[in-house]
Amino acid sequence: MTAESETVGSAGPQMPEIVPESPTIRLVVTLALAGLISGIAIMGIYEVTLPTITANKARVLREGVFKVLPGANRLQKLIYVDGDLAPTADTRKDEQPIYAGYDMDGSFVGYAIPGAGPGFQDTIGLLYGFKPNTRQVIGMEVLESKETPGLGDKIYKDAEFVANFRQLSIEPEIVTVKKGKKSAANEVDAITGATISSKAIVRIINETNDIWLSRLPEPGAEPPLLEVQTEAAESAKTVD
Amino acid sequence: MDKTQNQAYEEFIKGIWRENPVFVQVLGMCPMLAVTNSAINAFAMGGATFFVLVGSSFLVASFKNLIRKQVRISSFIIIIATFVTVADYTLEALVPTVHKELGAFIPLIVANCMILGRQEAFASKNTISMAVMDAIGMAAGFMLALLTLGSVREILGNGSLFGVDLFGPDFEPWIIMILPPGGFLTLGLILLVFNWFTVKKAQFIDKVAAAERSSS
Repeated sequence: MTAESETVGSAGPQMPEIVPESPTIRLVVTLALAGLISGIAIMGIYEVTLPTITANKARVLREGVFKVLPGANRLQKLIYVDGDLAPTADTRKDEQPIYAGYDMDGSFVGYAIPGAGPGFQDTIGLLYGFKPNTRQVIGMEVLESKETPGLGDKIYKDAEFVANFRQLSIEPEIVTVKKGKKSAANEVDAITGATISSKAIVRIINETNDIWLSRLPEPGAEPPLLEVQTEAAESAKTVD
Repeated sequence: MDKTQNQAYEEFIKGIWRENPVFVQVLGMCPMLAVTNSAINAFAMGGATFFVLVGSSFLVASFKNLIRKQVRISSFIIIIATFVTVADYTLEALVPTVHKELGAFIPLIVANCMILGRQEAFASKNTISMAVMDAIGMAAGFMLALLTLGSVREILGNGSLFGVDLFGPDFEPWIIMILPPGGFLTLGLILLVFNWFTVKKAQFIDKVAAAERSSS
């Protein structure tokens, strides 16, 4: 097939059939037209699917926050500006927010902090719950990963591994140990056959901690839940 | 009328068995080996490829007189890429979890040589209905191959099928089967069986023919 397509293209002397010469302009027009139609089709499908895709992503994030912060059912987005952690409602692209979770009475449960870093295949994006008064990680959820199916993807499919992060001390720094060897509060049992992915998760949490822990206010001085935000969060929930 | 129907059936059925894109033509190996570590991934990849192949064959056959010979490969690729992008966004919107699993392999359908091969070898030279029948047959054959490989690898490598646990906790999965080497091993063994079967069938037909000759 390759040989055939080459001879047809280059009008060689040994060519079996005579292809009528098309003027270059015709070729350009054909391709330009094809590209134009294709571009319009792609624009169309992008416009049609974008709202659903954005809504899906927002839902995954919201569910993630509630999953990593057991007991929380309201959330508030916080951004770090000028040395202060402040609630925000608007969504800008360049900002790096964290989320504060509150229970039904509006009392503070913990922070859900997103982190990302290189895994075995590609960037792993995750969200983990942090409880400031006990200095513990209380939940971890992988939001984005292309780890090897069947091995690396156990970082979110293996309930045993995920359970490591339900009560995990962050001081001293979290370390991975061989499966079944976990003995200290800051140790994580790695997944057999997926050590790199397991270590990547721990490294991402440690690195994100380095950035965020110093920015968090003293335990007890967390930003209170704003009422406007509550309604927004709740109306968003009822939509689901 | 009867003849066209027969021909349409022929074009359809050849893709499933006699000219199966994977087992006979050994095309489309990249998705074949990469996403068949579970049956559900294989099914989603088969579905996306089905959509792209049938759509592209339809368009290529419809516009075959407008597409200049010198730029036909580029035109085919534009058509295929458009369908792939549509499939990519649609999967992301409708089934985000499956889309997450397949990841980079959806955009790579563009480079699936089986699809370009069908446009060049068949759709650009045949009527629309024949091209669509051919595409459906080839895509079904591809899906069949993906599912076979995906099921074997998931059963052996993970002890489950379509995510349903089959053997209980005592089963020690052969992790190699869901890793890339497992793809090559399984595909090699399936090709072996397929070819053995084809050879046996040919020998059987020869024998029958010989017996008929000697008896008459």
